[in-house]
Amino acid sequence: MDFASSKVAHGDVSETAMTSVKIVVAGGFGVGKTTFVGSVSEITPLTTEAIMTSASADVDDLSKVPEKTTTTVAMDFGRMTLDAGLILYLFGTPGQQRFWFMWDDLITGAIGAVVIVDTRRLADSFPAVDYFEAAGLPFIVAINGFHGKFPYSISDVQQALAVSPDVPIVCCDARERKSTKSTLISLVEHAMAMQMSAR
Amino acid sequence: MPGPGQADRPPVRSGYNPSASGAAERDGPLSRPPGIPRTMGGRNQFGSPSSQGSTSQERSPLSQGSDGQKSALVRPYAVTGGRTQPRYQLQIEAMVAASHYGARDLSVLAPECQAILGFCRDWRSIAEISAVLRLPLGVARVLVADMAVEGLVRVHQIDHAHGRPDLNLLERVLSGLRKL
Repeated sequence: MDFASSKVAHGDVSETAMTSVKIVVAGGFGVGKTTFVGSVSEITPLTTEAIMTSASADVDDLSKVPEKTTTTVAMDFGRMTLDAGLILYLFGTPGQQRFWFMWDDLITGAIGAVVIVDTRRLADSFPAVDYFEAAGLPFIVAINGFHGKFPYSISDVQQALAVSPDVPIVCCDARERKSTKSTLISLVEHAMAMQMSAR
Repeated sequence: MPGPGQADRPPVRSGYNPSASGAAERDGPLSRPPGIPRTMGGRNQFGSPSSQGSTSQERSPLSQGSDGQKSALVRPYAVTGGRTQPRYQLQIEAMVAASHYGARDLSVLAPECQAILGFCRDWRSIAEISAVLRLPLGVARVLVADMAVEGLVRVHQIDHAHGRPDLNLLERVLSGLRKL
């Protein structure tokens, strides 16, 4: 049997290096970011929390909790093992988009970002598009078709978002693994195209 | 859920110009507060001590001293002795694995560090350490960086001095995704 070959002793992690990469998943509140991450992740999406200190209290609206001097920012993420030595992490941006400091951290070294949009609330995605454009991060727009409905055409969305024609816009169903996967493939291809054109 | 965008035409973004009227038109709390640069408060959940900071820490030669890391305090950092800045920068997706620590007496380690060692028998990311062991992200970073300096864990992360992952790596990601 092949037990021997597949057995990896605990405490004796493989000597080969493990490489990790990440993709950022952004969009307005309730647009389907966690659903998107969960549909391809091999683990149930986990949540990591970062602490926002009083130093940024003037940025955040803490008026509803005046006694609070720190607040936590939660980020959901998922994981996909791509080959024996390569893991892709998908990070959903914090739901409250005022936590820009987390975004700076998230995009460092990222392959790129998927901006999920709900065409009924397109404006919710503007801040993310602004941010990635300004940061020079490769991104694509994924229209999440709730119940398979795409009321606006891709060119409508392209115009409304005022993104460069080079930015791919795809339709997806965040609940469908296959659809999510092909959205990620579109992003990676776009990131490669951007690198090649920059040469 | 009815939204402001549910008109005949979708709303139109006015292009990137954060200080212009576009920002004010966007509804409510989701928009970027006008006039606030995006790096403000940057990385401050694990930020360096600033002039008003009360933490005592040594500055690592590898730490990034640039782009206005300003912040104060923080009680959740008790486990790190008040240090909020890791000894070197760790990406949120950096991979961590326990080293062959041999005969070392691990019982002297803080419980959090013992938990990290136990969890990292296989490669895990900083994000997973934070989420599964319920440590705030900044705390996990400080502890792991310390443990790496002590030789307790190995860390693998891409050198982001070059910005984005290179073409070879992207090829690998692409073929991995296609095979899934």
